[in-house]
Amino acid sequence: MPGIKERFSKWTRIGTSDSLYNDDPPQKHYDRLRRNLMIIIISMAIIPMILMAIINYHQYRNAIRDETIKPIQSQLTNLKHVLDIFLAERKSSLNLITNSYDFEEINDQAKLIKIFMVLREEFKEFVDIGVIDSSGLQKTYVGPYNLRGKDYKDQGWFKEVMVRNEYISDVFMGYRRFPHFVIAVKRDLHNGKFWVIRATIDTAKFNRIITSMELEPGSDLFLINQDGILQTPSRYHGKVLDKYPLSMPVLTQISSAVVQERYVSKGYRTLIGYACLDIKPFILIFIKKPGEIMKTWFALKSELFWVLFFSCILIIGATYGIVKTLVRHIQESDERRGTALREAQYANKLASVGRLAAGVSHEINNPLAIINEKAGLMMDIIERNENFSEREKFIGLISSIHRSVDRSRVITHRLLSFAKRMDVNLEDVDLADLLKEVIGFLEREAFHRNIDLRLNFDPELPGIISDKGQLQQVFLNIITNAFEAVENGGMVHITTSIKDESNVQVIVQDNGQGIPEQYLPHIFEPFFTTKKKYGTGLGLSITYGIVQKLRGDLTVQSKEGDGTTFTVIIPIKSKPDLEGGDHV
Amino acid sequence: MSNLRVLLVDDEEEFVTTLSERLSLRGIETEVAYNGENALAKMNQITPDIVILDVMMPGLSGLDVLKQIKEILPDIPVILLTGRGSTRDGIDGMKQGAFDYLMKPVDIEDLIKKMNEAMKSR
Repeated sequence: MPGIKERFSKWTRIGTSDSLYNDDPPQKHYDRLRRNLMIIIISMAIIPMILMAIINYHQYRNAIRDETIKPIQSQLTNLKHVLDIFLAERKSSLNLITNSYDFEEINDQAKLIKIFMVLREEFKEFVDIGVIDSSGLQKTYVGPYNLRGKDYKDQGWFKEVMVRNEYISDVFMGYRRFPHFVIAVKRDLHNGKFWVIRATIDTAKFNRIITSMELEPGSDLFLINQDGILQTPSRYHGKVLDKYPLSMPVLTQISSAVVQERYVSKGYRTLIGYACLDIKPFILIFIKKPGEIMKTWFALKSELFWVLFFSCILIIGATYGIVKTLVRHIQESDERRGTALREAQYANKLASVGRLAAGVSHEINNPLAIINEKAGLMMDIIERNENFSEREKFIGLISSIHRSVDRSRVITHRLLSFAKRMDVNLEDVDLADLLKEVIGFLEREAFHRNIDLRLNFDPELPGIISDKGQLQQVFLNIITNAFEAVENGGMVHITTSIKDESNVQVIVQDNGQGIPEQYLPHIFEPFFTTKKKYGTGLGLSITYGIVQKLRGDLTVQSKEGDGTTFTVIIPIKSKPDLEGGDHV
Repeated sequence: MSNLRVLLVDDEEEFVTTLSERLSLRGIETEVAYNGENALAKMNQITPDIVILDVMMPGLSGLDVLKQIKEILPDIPVILLTGRGSTRDGIDGMKQGAFDYLMKPVDIEDLIKKMNEAMKSR
């Protein structure tokens, strides 16, 4: 998972990093972790679900479509065959006539009437019949109109029948003023000539066959020709000879019917079935608004969609909640770990410095003792020898050696107290008396430097049980620091108060130079000093150590140029951290 | 102060000889030992009034020597010197019967004061 490795390296870096205080992973790291987890978990949950939904969708759709489409398909195919047979029968009957009679026989009006009567007995829809010779002239005609002698020579159908031997026309109105169509059949003669028998058929029967299908409401069934002209009336798609309003189906050569689901207009869905007749390229069109079965399909489809939709919402919601909680826990534990690491590291730093300090001060104390004794012996000898010419000078030199030894001793002893080899002696302490004692050391300096030293002691302050000597050192350090921070004529303000039922606090406030912000996190670290010449960098570190050992707290607020405030919180009853004092 | 006999025990010869000479200048009789074994041997020979004993020594440590002195001559006061500056060594020593402890480097006047206190308490 991205991010983990980065975080790991970040943590491992802590060991070597100097920036003790800025090692928490940034917020954007957790945002990224949260986002990645969300993406992974959601996609792992949703993708298979969507795949399943798609598969189910197709299976259901195919099943339901088969249930709906198959009957339509077979109905259409049957109807197509009926219509084919209808046309084939009419055509065959004419073929029978041409094959049964010679031109001379049929060219007889009486004979033709007789034939037509027979024909009408069989097929009522025959309207008229005529015989045309090879020149295109209608020689004989039986029917309601006087069409004898009509010349068909230049008409398209006559040319087609000459080539194809037979012809079935589209439905047309003609001057008969009702929809009908024409069947013509050619008979060849031996001398290269031919004759044609032409009959007109009323489409009413045609229409009856189609209407006999007993359509459901909302369905439509009709014939169109290749040009999309309606050959039979339709319920919803126009009258005979109107243009078919929908797009033409793409015709296939298969003889069975084809049923398609189509969007006719926006969102309006229909089933369209079509079948092409064999005898004549009429197209049988079936249009059905999706009925009850398809309604269940649409209901199922929307059900499927809503189930999917709410599952997704649920998954996303749950994942969001889980990931949010998870990442928050990770972040909290990281932060806790970071704090613990920093504290442990700080303690380690203090401990190792302490060990070093103890070792170093011991090694130095022994030679220092020798120097001290040698110088002391020299002093003893010179003091006992009043004739020594350079006496005064030597006494000065030796005093200087003694002072240096004392200074070194102060440093080594401080190092050792830093190493926390100090014992806590608990006793009753009056904090006000203790502070006055400490201030007593500094009163002369305050007087000389004209420092405005203000004391504001809470008279209600309870006596505390703590280590008097250690507390003296704490306040001596802090107040000395304040004195060093202020200019001559500056202000140092010491306030005591009750912090809460188990703690008291002492606030030492000065209006001195303040501590630069970048130093603030480090001022309690050992060997951190800004007093380059004089400081050991141990004063505040020791102070901090003592306050910690007395189970108190030491905090600092400072603004460069405005001054510094140290707040020492001391428990009214200290239980010293004995462990802390002995492990170095 | 006179006729006081002190046994100085420290592995730092330079320290112990110089301190011995300085105490002699002040009229205090001194014997020196540079390790614990030597110190115990001298104890039997001279029976000092006070023993000044360094805590950190190779071989027998100051605290070991203290223990043995207290076994054979429990009345002789022992003042401990410690270079570690640690109060713990001193306090341990005092628990084992040392009169008091001082941290190195030690001021000779402080040492003499402490010896006088020890003698008075005897």
